[in-house]
Formats: sequence, structure tokens, C-alpha cells
Amino acid sequence: MIQTNDDLTVGEMLFRAGISRRGFIQYCTAVASAMALPPWMGTAMAEQLRTSPRPSVVYLSFQECTGCLESLTRSFAPTIEDLIFNTISLDYNDTLMAASGEAAESARAKAMKDNFGKYVLVVDGSVPTGAGGAYCAAGGRSAEDTLREAAKGAAAIVCVGTCAAFGGIPLANPNPTSAWPVSAIVGDKPIINVSGCPPMPEVITGTLLQFFTTGQVPDLDEHRRPKVFFGNTIHDRCYRRPFYDQGKFAKTFDDEGARNGWCLYELGCKGPTTYNACATIKWNGGTSFPIESGHGCIGCSEPGFWDKGSFYSALSTPAWSKAGEVAPRQVLELAAGAAAVGVVLGAASAGVSRLRQRGSERPSDNEPKGS
Amino acid sequence: MDLLGFARGPALKVALAIFCLGVVWRIVGFALLRLRRDLNKPRTSTLKFLSGGVVTIGSRSWPHKEFIGRTGAGEALGYSYHIGLFVVVLLFGPHIVFLGSLFGFTWPGLPSSLITMLSVLTLTLFLAVLFRRVTNPVMRMLSNFDDYFSWFITALVLVTGLAATAHIGAPYEKLLAWHILSVDALLIWFPFGKLMHAFYIFPSRAINGALLARKGAIS
Repeated sequence: MIQTNDDLTVGEMLFRAGISRRGFIQYCTAVASAMALPPWMGTAMAEQLRTSPRPSVVYLSFQECTGCLESLTRSFAPTIEDLIFNTISLDYNDTLMAASGEAAESARAKAMKDNFGKYVLVVDGSVPTGAGGAYCAAGGRSAEDTLREAAKGAAAIVCVGTCAAFGGIPLANPNPTSAWPVSAIVGDKPIINVSGCPPMPEVITGTLLQFFTTGQVPDLDEHRRPKVFFGNTIHDRCYRRPFYDQGKFAKTFDDEGARNGWCLYELGCKGPTTYNACATIKWNGGTSFPIESGHGCIGCSEPGFWDKGSFYSALSTPAWSKAGEVAPRQVLELAAGAAAVGVVLGAASAGVSRLRQRGSERPSDNEPKGS
Repeated sequence: MDLLGFARGPALKVALAIFCLGVVWRIVGFALLRLRRDLNKPRTSTLKFLSGGVVTIGSRSWPHKEFIGRTGAGEALGYSYHIGLFVVVLLFGPHIVFLGSLFGFTWPGLPSSLITMLSVLTLTLFLAVLFRRVTNPVMRMLSNFDDYFSWFITALVLVTGLAATAHIGAPYEKLLAWHILSVDALLIWFPFGKLMHAFYIFPSRAINGALLARKGAIS
């Protein structure tokens, strides 16, 4: 009988490719380290991967921009090539796969049937429910239908990107397509959110690897994000944090403070309220992250980040404020209107007081007001 | 909308509107009150009548030498926590940005760590003030709900602000939301409680001083 790549375990594939057991363990330890996992996870990961067949992954893309997949293909630890060819069996991804049309859809159906209850469903993009699902359809089926069908046999669902995790930009006001996150459609499966716009590639692959090697959903925060990657705020781990503590803030993007690398809080950085691993793992193989490049964090891994006011107004300012602008006109009008009502009420209460005063005044009541 | 969005958005907007309405209401109501006619002949000139008002603002702001032994400590305590509050509110970077977004200009601030230390000191003074209020029989008798609630809501702003800065007890976004919500509550309470003394204190002293000067008294 001819053994195909699909029948091999990950370890067998690697050994066939000339990678030694020692090298494999070193690789797994490096991956665990890159994912900030405990040291023993490297060995556990190696053992699990060595003996298990490549897990099946079905990757569905809905209402999204493909930025998440672009991010995933730039993963450094492990690389997307590692994931696809060595670790997982990516059975369906309509962007990466060579097949299209009927062939692609039948590949998905076969993978779901053969691995029912075992495959991991990765979802990228929000699910539009408006107009009967017509805003996002493939093969004549709406995204919602496809998701419900694919979710039935999934061991777990990994929502890649803020759109799949929280609705993201499609859900932002006024949400014209009635978009929803996956968690609003599927309620009976373990869901792991890997948010970000896009999410960090190492966080996507790390989350998948951790699930494959442990077989369990990792510890999640209140937004169902893996704590190992989303346990700290950007601010907590930011190299500019000492400047925040010293009260040294850049006031504009080209002032002396900005050139000196001071804190970007006053320029609207959302690092203090954003949970992600950007400041530790960094992007492009650990090269840098937005704050290191001189721009504040926009909080893209948080729910509703698009509707939380200007990216360029500080967190301590009113939500309606815009960078460099005094309170907008409607707020000034509100304050002026309130003050005008206050004048009327003040005059009325003084009038009532005068009337009472006149009625009760006696010669002995000759005392000053105030205290 | 999350809690922080609510605190920074609609809650703050409503609180600011109530603050403006209430403060103007109280000031106009106060300003339009009729002074009761003083039928006595003025004992001083108009100039002394007016200067008496101005002088009293200063003289009542400092303990009288005869009573300094009895009132000095209390006044020092009062001055200290007021100064602490002003420094924390006006010289902390994120506060300056907040005020700048309302008024259109900003000013230099102090290091955040120094502000944190000052906040702890101010909060300690706040507790000392409360201790004095509840242990001094006369002050306890003079105090009512307004005194205690005004103390509570101001202390709450300090505590939540400190917790947010030091990231104690909850995630930062929740602490910041609670801090801003406590500020919203303070803004709503401000015009209707004794916190309004911020606007009344100098005019009332001036009027008292002027009326006493008219009678020929020194205040």
C-alpha cells in the first residue's frame, strides 16, 4: 500500500525530510519560547506532534479584507509553510488553495466528513446576516449557512481577526450588513478569539499549535482570547512606558518628544486599554511594532475599536473629542443650553425667595446674606 | 458600547450639562437674592465698604493670630489637601489633556510618579480630615449628609484615579471607566452640595466683609 503524506504523522514527515529528533525538539522549544509558553511545553509539543497525524484545518473567509491571511503568511515562528506542510493539513482555504469552484467546495465537504468532530474550523471575517445573507455568499450559500454547517463537526473554532472575533469594522456603526461575530451565530462549540486587525501571525499559529499539541482550549480571557498572548496590555509591556511614568509625552508627531521616543498617550495611543502581544513578540520577525514606528496603538484587538472615538484623542479625553479640537459644537451648545436653563431657574428661584422674604421680613431680620 | 465608552461619552456629556445648569442656577439664584435693607447709617465711606469686602477675602483665608493655636492645625490640614487636589487635578498629564480638550489650551505637567505620590498623600489627608470630623464633637454635630457625601465622592475620585494609575484591582480600562464615572458623579453632585463652596467661598466672604465694614467692624 502506498503511504501518502496525509497518512504520515508530523514526526514521520519531518524525519523523512532529514530533520533529526534532536533538531525537532529544538524547533518545538524555540516555537514554545516564541509563543511565551512554559519551557516544558516545548517537549510536550514535540512529543504530541511527533506521534499524531496532521490535524485537519478548514479555513473559512467571510466578510473580511484578507489582511488576516496576509498576516498569517508572514508568520516567522512557525512559518506558514511549516504549518501547512508539516504541522497541519490545511484542507480548505479559498485564497491559498489551487482548486476553485466545485473542486474546492468538494474538498471542504470531504475534509469535514472525514474529520467530523476532529477538525479545527478557522474563521476569518464577520458574518453578514442582512438581506438574507446576500452580502457574503460563496457557492450559492450565505456565510451564515456555511458557518453553521462547518461548525457542526468542528472540535473548536478559532476566530482569526477582530471581524470574526468581535464583528470588527463591518459591525461598526451603522453596521449596514447586519454583521455579527462568530460567537453570535455559533453557541455550542469552544471558540478561541485571536483578535487584531490584523492579528499577529505568531499569535494565530501559536494558538493553533497550542490547541493541536495540548488538545485543549487554552486559558481564555473574558473576550475568549488566549491569556498567554492577551494577558497584558500593550502599555504594560511598552518600551515607552518609563516616559509615561515620568510624565514625558509627545504632543505632536514631529515634536522633540516624538523624536526622543516619549510616550504617545496624548496623541491617542490606546495601548493602556489594549490587550495584545505586539509589544513583546513584535511584527515582521520581531522587527518592530506600531508604537516603535512612531504611531500610537489604535486598539485593534479590542471589541468595538472602530467606534471608540478618534484614534488620535487621548483616552482621558471625552469620547467625542477630536485631536487638536476644543469641545465640538454640539457639546458647547449643550453646555450653553444647560447654562441658559440654569439662568432661568436661578432667576425663578431668586424671585420665589424674594417673595418669601418680603412676606416674612421683620425689622429684626436685618442680617447679611452669605456666610 | 463598553463601560469606558459610556463613561467618556454619554455619561460625561450628561454630567457636564447638569454641572453647567446647576452651577449657573445656584450662582444666578444667589446673585439675584435681595439684600435686606440696612436702616442703620453707614459707619464708613463707600471706599472702606468695598475694601472691607476685599480685605476679608484675605483675612478669612488665614487663621487669626488669637486662635491660631486652636484652629491652625485644622486649617493646615484643609490647605494641604486642597493644594494636593489642585496639583493632582491640574498638573497630571492625562488630566491636562482632558481639560485641554474642553478649553483649547494645555500647560506643562508633573511626572506621573510624583502625581501618584501626591495623590496618596492627599488621600491620607482626606482620611485625616474625616477622622477629625467624626472625632471632634462640635464638628460631628455640625456635619450632615452633605458633608459626608461630598467627602465620599471626592475621595472616590481620588481612589479610583490612583487605582487606575497604579493598575490595582482590575484591568486598566475598567479602572479608568470607574474613575471617569466617579468624576461624572462628582460633576452632577457638585452644584447641589457643599462642593459648591468652590464658587461661593470668595463672594460670600467679600459680602460679609463689606457689610461688616459698613457697620464699622473689622473682620
